Amino acid sequence: MRMESPLGRVRGLGSARSGARHWWLERLTSVSTLLLFIWFAVSLLRLPGLDHETVTEWLRSPLAAVPMLLLIVSTFWHLKLGLQVVIEDYVHQEGSKLFSVLLLNFLTIAGAALAFFAILKIAFGGDAPNA
Amino acid sequence: MHRNPSRPLSPHLTIWRWGPHMLVSILHRVTGTGLATLGAAAFVWWLVAAATSAEAYADFLDHADNWYGVVIGVGLSWAFFQHSLSGIRHFVLDMGAGYELGVNKFWSVMTLVGSIFLTALLWFLIVGGN
Ligand code: HEM
Repeated sequence: MRMESPLGRVRGLGSARSGARHWWLERLTSVSTLLLFIWFAVSLLRLPGLDHETVTEWLRSPLAAVPMLLLIVSTFWHLKLGLQVVIEDYVHQEGSKLFSVLLLNFLTIAGAALAFFAILKIAFGGDAPNA
Repeated sequence: MHRNPSRPLSPHLTIWRWGPHMLVSILHRVTGTGLATLGAAAFVWWLVAAATSAEAYADFLDHADNWYGVVIGVGLSWAFFQHSLSGIRHFVLDMGAGYELGVNKFWSVMTLVGSIFLTALLWFLIVGGN
């Protein structure tokens, strides 16, 4: 969905040159993050406990693992967009701004990849509780 | 940013009388940043520990069940509720609604009241469930 006028697009207006899309994606991902976290909280509260066996058994179900993967994508996308705005607000020197945004991208992708792999490992771990 | 320092800035931060909307605005950023750093790190730790081994998971629980773990847990859940309620308020403001002085103040205060209420409710359910 494009939220800019054709003239604004041609001129590339906005500090990041892609402000309208950034703004829209921040809203989109905040709605999905909210819905997924409500699902997450209700699911955990309904588990009999949060011990290793219960949690890994829960994550082996597709109806738990898939929403968890979506939750990771949604949350990390939203927080990456959000933290970038915070950086752009406070880091003014072009070099350190570029570096900070680069680092932010690396760290969010690394964090999301770790979480992704952990969920998939449990989900594909078969029926035996992985010790 | 290339600001000419010889041009004066309007004293935007110092001339306003404090109101709840200012606190809520600042809290949106503080809670968002806290969730995105501390919250995300704790969440990834929990998942990676669960995927690694029962021992790694027990290690995580040792910290989570400790007094500081509970303090961080309560803090993160409050931050989530505050950020979410204030995020929903953002959607309304983005549509151009809710700027009347009374209405604006009312919903600002409601995000603060609501987040404390939801945090209390969540932990009541957690403690009650155990
Ligand atoms: C744990 C999940 C979440 C994290 C880690 C997170 C993180 C962040 C961060 C770091 C920002 C940037 C803050 C700023 O620019 O001041 C942000 C902005 C925002 N968040 Fe979240 N957020 C989360 C959940 C949510 C939810 C559930 C909602 C909505 C109900 C939401 C709505 C928003 C909105 C609307 C903005 C943009 C604010 C603006 O444009 O000034 N967030 N978030």
